[in-house]
Amino acid sequence: MTKKSHDTPLLDELKSGPWPSFVEGLERLAKDEEKPGADMMKDLLGQLEHSYETRRGYWKGGTVSVFGYGGGVIPRFSEVAADYPESSEFHTLRVQPPAGMHYSTKLLRDMCDIWEEHGSGLIALHGQSGDIMFQGCTTDNVQPAFDDLNKIGLDMGGAGPALRTSMSCVGHARCEQSCYDEVRAHREVINGLLDEMHRPALPYKFKFKFSGCPNDCVNAIHRADMAVIGTWRDDMQVDQEEVKKHVAKVGRKQMIDTVVSMCPTRALSLNDDDTLDVDDKSCVRCMHCINVMTKALSPGKDRGVTILMGGKRSLKIGDQMGTVIHPFLKLETDEDYEKLNEFAEECIDFFAENALEHERIGETIDRIGLANFLEALDVPVDPNMVNHPRTSSYVRTDDWDIEAEKWFEHKKATAK
Amino acid sequence: MNDAVMPRRPDEHGVPDPFPYMHPTLKDNYGNWAWHDRPRPGVLHHVAHGGDEIWTVRAGTQRQMDVGTIRKLCDLADEYADGFLRFTTRSNAEFMCTTLDKTGPLIEALNEAGFPVGGTGNSVSMISHTQGWLHCDIPGTDASGVVKSLMDELHHEFTHEEMPNRVRLTTSCCQINCGGQGDIAINVQYTKPPKINHDLVANVCERPAVVARCPVAAIRPAQVNGKPSLEVDEKKCICCGACYPPCPPMQINGDDSTKLAIWVGGKHSNARSKPTFHKLVAANLPNNAPRWPEVAAIVKRILQAYKEDAQAWERLGEWIERIGWSRFFELTDLAFTKHQIDDWTGARQSLNASAHLHF
Repeated sequence: MTKKSHDTPLLDELKSGPWPSFVEGLERLAKDEEKPGADMMKDLLGQLEHSYETRRGYWKGGTVSVFGYGGGVIPRFSEVAADYPESSEFHTLRVQPPAGMHYSTKLLRDMCDIWEEHGSGLIALHGQSGDIMFQGCTTDNVQPAFDDLNKIGLDMGGAGPALRTSMSCVGHARCEQSCYDEVRAHREVINGLLDEMHRPALPYKFKFKFSGCPNDCVNAIHRADMAVIGTWRDDMQVDQEEVKKHVAKVGRKQMIDTVVSMCPTRALSLNDDDTLDVDDKSCVRCMHCINVMTKALSPGKDRGVTILMGGKRSLKIGDQMGTVIHPFLKLETDEDYEKLNEFAEECIDFFAENALEHERIGETIDRIGLANFLEALDVPVDPNMVNHPRTSSYVRTDDWDIEAEKWFEHKKATAK
Repeated sequence: MNDAVMPRRPDEHGVPDPFPYMHPTLKDNYGNWAWHDRPRPGVLHHVAHGGDEIWTVRAGTQRQMDVGTIRKLCDLADEYADGFLRFTTRSNAEFMCTTLDKTGPLIEALNEAGFPVGGTGNSVSMISHTQGWLHCDIPGTDASGVVKSLMDELHHEFTHEEMPNRVRLTTSCCQINCGGQGDIAINVQYTKPPKINHDLVANVCERPAVVARCPVAAIRPAQVNGKPSLEVDEKKCICCGACYPPCPPMQINGDDSTKLAIWVGGKHSNARSKPTFHKLVAANLPNNAPRWPEVAAIVKRILQAYKEDAQAWERLGEWIERIGWSRFFELTDLAFTKHQIDDWTGARQSLNASAHLHF
């Protein structure tokens, strides 16, 4: 006999309006009686309606995993299973998408077929860490669902105290502002550390994010323990003929108001002949003028990445953004990429050995001081790491001369 | 062990190689793009150094998608975009077309199928959000429902580029704020200390870990009714809910005490100004499912003021930086209260140590 659907008057209100409705999607799954997930979705809708009535959540965690891995499954057991038995287990599989979130329709259709057979048919594209979230699976079906996903080339993402699934922007694939090969960096760094994702043994989570330029489209500075942001060291590229065309098109006033005046370091000026005067030594690579004049301006040619570390959200010491650890790492040759991978590995090792339980790397750095962290990782200090030198006099400076010597030696060694 | 019941060992693929799944024009011109423009809202036009061109049509989705919705997107990609598509970090689907001619019919077909086209340039893009009541184990509110309600109201702003600059919205269903920073963020804000079920604490919670989790050291071990439990110093408690995930018997949500707050001026990008955190501008809004009208009204008011008053390319936070907070509260008719004066670590840096004032 067909299982009856629950009345969902509150959720029904979310079926109207111009934006695509997730409730309609859930109902389509609940009504597809041919599919094994239909009854689960009927009760899922019932429990969700109950949450809307009482304004409470009714899921609790637990332990579910697949053979060979310690993480990646988010177990959900219902606290109101007596009323909604078919969705008593509603686990999620976090699965890593292809870098840059590119899909063939074949891959998406295969994912749908697998999830319709073993799960609820509900897929979130994507979670905030960049996972494909296959939502709604019984404990028994987690293994067969994962086996089939794994057979088509997909792999589990991260959960718990582990390396987490990473994200990279569209970058090289479709963006002229991209300053490095994001796909390569993303895949090499993460795939080189995969054991830390699949067998959680870190003090807490660790996230990498890869943005091709300082527009930071994957929100790396706010959200990543290690943010890898594309940038350049030489002069910005300027096509003066295109600058003139832009001025002719929008007018001098608009050009000055929206480009020259908005430069944060007053590095731009409009010449009398409508070409652009750029003070590249003052430019901070913020991207604004390049964003406005996409045809006339582009990043320089000596490209690489800035690495910032320590970004995280509230728990427990408050919000933190990542701060500069490596102002510039050249990222072009195989050797350059190898250096990035090695640095990532060193950071993970340092984190594993030195962070307290439930402490993010930004909190560790705060606790021990940035200078000690840099020393441990053998990274030379650089004025780009601070907004300004210290203002507090409470510091011992008896080895100042030795430190100053290091600075001048480093400067000599890295002089072009 | 019997081979027949031995589970399959996983192939540790790691992050999949995207090139087999990438549109051929994108693959051919990987790392070789020259410039771009936007012929209309929802469409990006990229030109490669070698002369290849690609038109991307961006469509909003509900993120939490049934297989039917995903297959519909696939049908459209097969018909208009050579069998490929990609997703943005804000869950918009992107279809790559090799000619401008294909974009018109694709947009029509997307609209026909219920997917709004937009989210590019100076528009309000899709809200980055969390799981909420649908799947999270510690939610104070729903996520998909709040987003659906708001995007219904902001449909015009998604499909048009009429804002001074891009607007990024986020929602989060607890104070951990998985939704992240935004020009406008709608986040749960608890207003009462946890209600403790002392019968369950000893069995469910690792008590020292819970004590350690509290940001203000308000939790201590205690014997209650002869059982080991935890107690909260309610005068110290800041109602953040940090104790609730590691100890579910410390219920932080209440029928009427889980509220919503609105924050503004967060920014990820480094363009012009450095990245910023969002700031609290309204709190104590009711958790009014299924459509949260009180929240939507304030979000729309803030957007309206920004749209009317900001200069081109100013992000919401940069606009406020220029006009000052006094003027912001005046234009939006929102209250400035003592609760908006920060008192957490580093708070002094948010105080005005100058004679620079806005009147």
